[in-house]
Amino acid sequence: MDLTFTPAEEAFRAEVRAFLEQNLPSVLAEKIRTAQRLSKSDHEQWHAILNQRGWLAAHWPVEHGGTGWSIEQSYIFEDELSRAHAPGVVAFGPSMLGPVLIKYGSEAQKRYWLPRILDGSDWWCQGYSEPGAGSDLASLKTSAVRDGDHYIVNGQKTWTTLGQHANMIFCLVRTSTEGRKQEGISFLLIDMQTPGIEVRPIILLDGEHEVNEIFFTNVKVPVENIVGTENKGWTYAKYLLTYERTGIAGVSRSIAALKELRRIAQAQLRNGKPLTEDPLFAARMARVDIDLRNMVTTNLRVLLASGDGAAPLEMGAMLKIRGTEIRQEITRLARIVLGPQAQPFFAPEGITAQYLNYRKLSIFGGSNEVQREIISKSLLEM
Amino acid sequence: MNFTHSEDRQMLADTFGRHLDQQYTIDVRHRISGSPEGWSRERWLGMADLGIIGALFDERSGGYGGSGFDLAVVFEQLGRSLVVEPFLGSLMAGQALAKAGCRSDLLAQLITGETTLAFASEEPQSRYDFASITTRAQHDHGTWTLSGRKSVIPQLEAASHVVVSASLGKESAGLFLVELGKPGAAVSGYKMVDGGRGGDLTLDRASATLLTDNALPLLEEITAAGIVALSWEAVGVMDVLKKSTLDYLRTRKQFGIPIGKFQALQHRIVNVAIEIEQARSAAINAAAALAGPRAARERAVSAAKYTVGRAGTIAAEESIQMHGGIGMSWELPLSHYAKRALMIGHQLGDEDHHLLRFVSLAATG
Repeated sequence: MDLTFTPAEEAFRAEVRAFLEQNLPSVLAEKIRTAQRLSKSDHEQWHAILNQRGWLAAHWPVEHGGTGWSIEQSYIFEDELSRAHAPGVVAFGPSMLGPVLIKYGSEAQKRYWLPRILDGSDWWCQGYSEPGAGSDLASLKTSAVRDGDHYIVNGQKTWTTLGQHANMIFCLVRTSTEGRKQEGISFLLIDMQTPGIEVRPIILLDGEHEVNEIFFTNVKVPVENIVGTENKGWTYAKYLLTYERTGIAGVSRSIAALKELRRIAQAQLRNGKPLTEDPLFAARMARVDIDLRNMVTTNLRVLLASGDGAAPLEMGAMLKIRGTEIRQEITRLARIVLGPQAQPFFAPEGITAQYLNYRKLSIFGGSNEVQREIISKSLLEM
Repeated sequence: MNFTHSEDRQMLADTFGRHLDQQYTIDVRHRISGSPEGWSRERWLGMADLGIIGALFDERSGGYGGSGFDLAVVFEQLGRSLVVEPFLGSLMAGQALAKAGCRSDLLAQLITGETTLAFASEEPQSRYDFASITTRAQHDHGTWTLSGRKSVIPQLEAASHVVVSASLGKESAGLFLVELGKPGAAVSGYKMVDGGRGGDLTLDRASATLLTDNALPLLEEITAAGIVALSWEAVGVMDVLKKSTLDYLRTRKQFGIPIGKFQALQHRIVNVAIEIEQARSAAINAAAALAGPRAARERAVSAAKYTVGRAGTIAAEESIQMHGGIGMSWELPLSHYAKRALMIGHQLGDEDHHLLRFVSLAATG
């Protein structure tokens, strides 16, 4: 047992910190700290800064432009990003599609698409959920029918995050209705400019346009845009879920958020004393603080035990459940801190909006109830 | 960074685990626990021969361990087998002798298993606050005597000596060694809810040896060690609760299918499993912090005791619930594990005590 970082790891931390001090635009950091929404160009600017340093797709293999960092280094990197209120990496290209292409894509696909993820030529979005296929994702119905050198795609995807910015979408589509429903799914890359695609905004409960519905009507997709083998898409989709779990518990972001919570609670008075000194509120904060400290260790235990950062599905599920519960609790406490000021639509520092927006954490990426199914299957072995 | 035990510690854990599996089955445990003595000198000596007591002390004190993770591997196994022998009191009193640099002869007897010690900081009014001390020490003609009451001391009757905190007046306190069986030190023993025996100590001008006249820093350190030990014992206990409940969910049939097929129960056991993993992490954090700077150590220790208090209650109550009627029975080992998980919450500070303490530590550090 050794819970300390080596001198080399501490030196790496200093290197990351120095990089952020010099390169993180203060405008972006302030937006993140105060839970403001980033624009498309904000994201692109930050991706370009990271890419220039070779840190945009840090977890990719070195030959494709990754870093070869250890699990500890990846953890330290996330930790420093969060501490500096740096934006996260928009996951769809670097963290989701990239690893799938690297593992299952053709040489031509890797050569063409991977550099475009890194240099920002493409903004990817994810076409997974459908109106009738949420937690039960394998029930998806969007069809792709082979017609010569093309697939003809028809159907509807929904909850497509930041799809309004995207020029490309990776989709799970049904290429067969025979056998188990998981066995007829393929993984398809689709150009959003293709005729027959319509993107409609969905406004969320915080009043924001973050997600979209995407309609496909006789959309022609070249067959070379299929990843891997036809009808094996479910395997690739599942791989994507186990890959790169360093961030799933969100501990670094929660640590930064708890610090912000303490700051705003300090400024609010109850019975003439700062909320941080109010026995009830201090206890509520201490509960989540302790839970988070435990989670920091649980997270590292799981990641290091898995060796290569690909945690067993059920352990990743535990991190997801508790990690999102902690993150949500911090936003709940922040909302409580505001008192009556939580009510105006533009509540200070976007706190109420973020509380509302973060209800999504326990729903997306496999709802926390689906995660419990995954864990109980593994625990009960039945 | 590394979350596996050293080879030596893992070997100790494995050896001790096998020893307990053979020598300390649940039937043996019940017989010992229900006996008039409430512990077994024979088993105690057997465990001492294995080197288990020596693992709790560093080399300077005649042992070969004494670090947080040494306590961890020993107490996790004690929890797994519901051992009632006087480990906690012996650890805490032994650490008091070691840290005060007194009575190395007695410490040597403890490590070989010849004797057992008890530790008495709790008083009828103190409610987990080791600084709340009404027992008074008096110095007369070169000898110390103590008067007052100490309560709910684990395995007090088994001990040859007890380490006692006592007020020296004016905000200062001392730690003393009291030999039991001498005039002025009356022991009243009773059965404990979770097995074994405890006792109250009434001191009336009992003669005592001064270990230190600056007790509070030492009490804090010793209590920290005790909490690390209890946290790992709780982890051992909770792992058994989880395993037994999973076995039951797989095998017990109702409505024609194993009850583990019901989603309501599946989600309950998952919640328990997550609590236990968080508790294990808290216990790791506390063990790692034990030898570190005071502020970080005390925060980690209070965080751990809060966490195992909370998780222990959840694991105990949920395991009983998921077992249904049979979970209520004395006969099933499960109920005894559940009681131990709950009662650990009542030793050295409960969930609320340590949550408040964590708040005040965070405010000062």
